Amino acid sequence: MTGRLIAVVPALPLHTAGKYVAGAFIVLFAMVLIYVSIMAIRLSRMERELGELLELAERDGEGAEAPLVQRESTPA
Amino acid sequence: MYGKGLRALSISTVAAMTVALGLVFFYAPLEAEQGFLQKIFYVHVPLAIVSLCGFVIGGLLAIQHLRTRDSRWDMRSYVVIHMSLIFALATLITGSIWAKGSWGHWWVWNEPTLVSYLIIFLLYATYQPLRFAIEDPERQARYASVFAITAGAFVPMNFIAVRLSTAYLHPRVLGSTSNLPGSMALTFLVSFGAISLLFATLCKYELTAKHTRSQIRALRRRLAGEPARAPRGRSAAPSPAPTTLAPAGRPAS
Repeated sequence: MTGRLIAVVPALPLHTAGKYVAGAFIVLFAMVLIYVSIMAIRLSRMERELGELLELAERDGEGAEAPLVQRESTPA
Repeated sequence: MYGKGLRALSISTVAAMTVALGLVFFYAPLEAEQGFLQKIFYVHVPLAIVSLCGFVIGGLLAIQHLRTRDSRWDMRSYVVIHMSLIFALATLITGSIWAKGSWGHWWVWNEPTLVSYLIIFLLYATYQPLRFAIEDPERQARYASVFAITAGAFVPMNFIAVRLSTAYLHPRVLGSTSNLPGSMALTFLVSFGAISLLFATLCKYELTAKHTRSQIRALRRRLAGEPARAPRGRSAAPSPAPTTLAPAGRPAS
């Protein structure tokens, strides 16, 4: 299978043009990689912020638990 | 909201990019004149077309913003133009590499396609500073939309003007795909599809990230007992749409 594949594919003349072609494709992949890295940094920041908010909500929940129960038991 | 279908889109993009790379290096024949160097064509030209289409789409989204006054359209226009600018930068870099390999120079000033593309790039490079210069979010969105529409109309006009110019040194692609052998045309179309999918995926990621961040901010303000739309500092990014956080005990509509 691999032998047949190699037989049909064109030879890749990497002598002079190779570095330019490699450069062009590396530019594209580097840009995508940089973007993914930026997204990863943003995601970790959002995760940290969500953790802080969860802590804040838990603290608020502990403080407001008693009045909330009282409110629920009161008929409208 | 924006994250819907993101996984399927990401998987499609990776699959399309893999297929495109396979076709470029193992299926498409070597071009008679340029040989292996012509492989840059399969990345450079789709990047250029997608970035130019992105600028036009940004203008159309801006029209929608001015019609509806809905800040979500401004956000979409901003993200599409932002991404198009990144793709345009990639186009300029890959184009320069191709020019160096083909013509022996990184840049040729008497080539209208190159210079006109650079003008479009520089025009859109002023979009972010324009936004940043205006502090009031509503005025910022309105002015940015006007800019996006005007510049978006300039893109096809510029394209036609270059077509009508006399110098034809730059390789022609649109309108001449029928001149390409079948295998090259197929590879080009797959590469174009893959780059388009990459563009759509990155835009969707950006929109999802911005929307999530605005929701987190709204949640923080709500937990702190502050108003839902607090005044923000100077920023080039659009003001997020009013986030519908449901009151405690009631789900969001």
